[in-house]
Amino acid sequence: MSTDMMALIGHATLQTLYMVLISGIISGVLGLALGLALYVTRPGQILAYRPAFLVTSAVVNIGRSIPFIILMVAIVPFTRLVVGTSIGTNAAMVPLTIAAIPFVARLIEGALNEISPGLIEAAQAMGATPKQIVTKVLIPEARGGIITSITITIVTLISYSAMAGAVGGGGLGDVGIRYGYNRFEPLIMLVTVAILVIMVQGVQMLGDSMVKRANHK
Amino acid sequence: MIQLEQLSKFYGSDHDAICALNNVDLTVPKGSITGVIGVSGAGKSTLIRCVNMLERPSSGRVLVDGQDLTQLDAPALRKARHDIGMIFQHFNLLDSRTVYQNIAFPLELMGFDKNAMKERITPLLELTGLSDKKDRYPSALSGGQKQRVAIARALASRPKVLLCDEATSALDPQTTSSILELLREINQELGLTILLITHEMEVVKSICDSVALISGGELVETSKVGPFFTAPSTKLGREFLEEFLRIDPPKSLLDRLSSDGSDKPYPVIRIIFNDENVASPLISQLARSFELDISILQAKIEDIQGHTLGLMIAEFRGNAAHIEKALARLSDMQLSTEVLGYVD
Repeated sequence: MSTDMMALIGHATLQTLYMVLISGIISGVLGLALGLALYVTRPGQILAYRPAFLVTSAVVNIGRSIPFIILMVAIVPFTRLVVGTSIGTNAAMVPLTIAAIPFVARLIEGALNEISPGLIEAAQAMGATPKQIVTKVLIPEARGGIITSITITIVTLISYSAMAGAVGGGGLGDVGIRYGYNRFEPLIMLVTVAILVIMVQGVQMLGDSMVKRANHK
Repeated sequence: MIQLEQLSKFYGSDHDAICALNNVDLTVPKGSITGVIGVSGAGKSTLIRCVNMLERPSSGRVLVDGQDLTQLDAPALRKARHDIGMIFQHFNLLDSRTVYQNIAFPLELMGFDKNAMKERITPLLELTGLSDKKDRYPSALSGGQKQRVAIARALASRPKVLLCDEATSALDPQTTSSILELLREINQELGLTILLITHEMEVVKSICDSVALISGGELVETSKVGPFFTAPSTKLGREFLEEFLRIDPPKSLLDRLSSDGSDKPYPVIRIIFNDENVASPLISQLARSFELDISILQAKIEDIQGHTLGLMIAEFRGNAAHIEKALARLSDMQLSTEVLGYVD
């Protein structure tokens, strides 16, 4: 492989890491908030409010049902509004984040559902406010599940980022398609896939070890 | 200390509502341990959860230390709950926190600073015998230890009342008695009023002062523990007592036993004694007066907080007419007797 090629792949790796990391962080935070909202507004829960729950749930379902490639082009005006451009790595990050938020929200909601209702009840019996229940019971008790959710999301984002090439976002997937597939250079295809595999492995291992440390079960 | 007045709780809408509690009146005197006993589904869990408003009663009043909790808004209720500790069947400890941090939890909610917390927690760790386990996580504790943590946590806010929701039902008998002992100790040393619900007579027997029997959402009998065990006034009370006293006759007896007295002449009788007659030499008197041979097949004596309760299974042998008279004498004496069957 030529040094040019190596530089290209190196650059693409950084682009992928950048896209995944930033959109992972933003969607993690917003998805956590949305997941908590889903959980606490569910009928019977501490801040039960049916209209809010139904609307949030519907929005999350809609967000999850739109294919990523369609979402990416559909929200171009919004992307332009947020990052000032509709092409490039930054432009690819916006749809990645938007697609990941509802995904994270459902995963977080699932993680919260694992908490025994008895714990919330015990906290209520001790006079905890809803805010205290969220910060002192829900988040700490679901910590392991939350980390697992974020890990799954980042792995998913790594694979979604391959589609970023469609808006000129670059990254490993883009290199793989343009050089490996279109120009039929199997070596490049192999190298990009190998790097992606290593990334996913690394993220999963890191996530697993963090879950292990977070759980005292 | 706790007063429930005309408390009712319905689930569901008007026409097909299920009644979980129906006009319950209950008074728990300050410093006492009161037990509510009933089978599952009787409404005891709803009752105790109404005391701290985990369950909102449909009607009626809940007074804790003179304050009507049903009238409070959310912030006032949260404040009132600091005076009501609660422990649960499944402990409900936070797995992400150590023993110490679990006990600190209610204090954090109340805004204590680190030093004040430590001052409160250290004696509680000693009281519950957990000093050496304070940095363990709940997953490393046994059931009994977990319930001790839960008790310490419930006491941290220095409540006036402790509610125990089937607190020993998930524990083995030995651990149960050590937890009950701890509750008794807390009641006596701190003067804490305890309301507990249980389905086990053993729990009522060992620590309660008063007992209320609940069935189908209604309190059917309320009395001091002594009289309840020796002379329950309702049918359900007697059933609970019999279940509590039940001893299975030996298999060798059951094999001989026939429900039909026509071919086998000698009755096998179960007698329940209480305070008044447990001391009298009843069996030898009967044997002498009616020329009977009485053999005791099985017997059990229970001491219930100073009251004695006895159960005996005996075989009466002799002249049929004499046996008849002996049985009549027994029923004259207000003893609870039952013919289990006949032998030859």
